[in-house]
Amino acid sequence: MDQDAPPTHSDLELLASLRAGEDAAFETLVRRYGGRMLSVAKRFLSNEADAHDAVQEAFLSAFKALASFDGRAQLGTWLHRIVVNAALMKLRTKSRHPELSIDDLLPKFKADGHQEAPCSRWNAPPVADMERAETQQLIREHINKLPESYRTVLLLRDIEELDTDVVAQILDLNPGTVKVRLHRARQALRTLLDPLFGGKP
Amino acid sequence: MMTCQQLIDFLSDYLDGKLPLSQRVAFELHLTLCRDCRAYLHNYKTAIEASRSAFDAPADSLKEVIPEDLVSAILKARQSEQS
Ligand SMILES: [Zn+2]
Repeated sequence: MDQDAPPTHSDLELLASLRAGEDAAFETLVRRYGGRMLSVAKRFLSNEADAHDAVQEAFLSAFKALASFDGRAQLGTWLHRIVVNAALMKLRTKSRHPELSIDDLLPKFKADGHQEAPCSRWNAPPVADMERAETQQLIREHINKLPESYRTVLLLRDIEELDTDVVAQILDLNPGTVKVRLHRARQALRTLLDPLFGGKP
Repeated sequence: MMTCQQLIDFLSDYLDGKLPLSQRVAFELHLTLCRDCRAYLHNYKTAIEASRSAFDAPADSLKEVIPEDLVSAILKARQSEQS
C-alpha cells in the first residue's frame, strides 16, 4: 500500500469535519491536496502567481460547494476538476501574451505535396525510460512551449481526456476548431520533441 | 494518389478510426509507399504517448508541496468570506 495515498476513510472523516465547519479540517484539506492541485494549475498557467491564484480560487469554490459534493466521487478527483476549471477561468481573464506562431512548428510541404524534409523514425525510448522523472520534466517543458490556445486544447483532450464536444463547450469553440487545434498541437509537439527523440540536434 | 500533405491532414481522423473507407484505403496505400509518412505517423503517435506519460506519475505531482504563504492566504480568504 502506498504510504502517500491517504486511505479513503480518512477522506470521509475529513469531509464530515469540513461539513461541521471545523477550521482545522480546512487546513488539512489544503495541505493534503494543495500540492497536487498546484501542479495541475501549473500545466495550464505558466505564470507562478497565476497558478497560485487558481488554486486559491479553486479551494474557495470547493469550500462553498462542499454541501453539494455527493461523496460518490473521490475528494481528489472532485478537487482536480475544480482546479482545472479555475485555471481555465484564469486563462480567460488574462490579457493574452503575443503567441508564438504555430506555423513554424508544422511540417512543410513541396509544391507536389510531399514532405519537404525527410522524416526519420524516432527510436522511442522504452516506457520505463520515458517515465523517468527527468524525461517527463523535459517533455512538460516542451509542452509549455506550445502557443497557449493550442496547449490548452492538448491538455484538455490528451491529458484530461475530455471529449471534443466537452472541450468545445468549455472553451466556447466549434468542435471542428478543437479538432484542428489538437492536431496542430500534436504536430507542433512532434516538431519540438524531434531533437529529444530523434537524437539529432 | 494521396500526397504527404493530405495524409498528414487526415492523421488524427485516421487514428480515431473516422476516415471513410475510400480515404482509408488511399491513406494506407500512401503509407506502404512512403517511408517519410510511416516515420511521421510513428513519431506523431509517440508524441501523444509521451505527452500522456509526462503527467502520469502520481509520485511526481505528490512531490509538489503547497507553499506556506499560499496555505495561509487560502485560509485567510475563507475567514474573510465568512465574515
Ligand atoms: Zn508521404
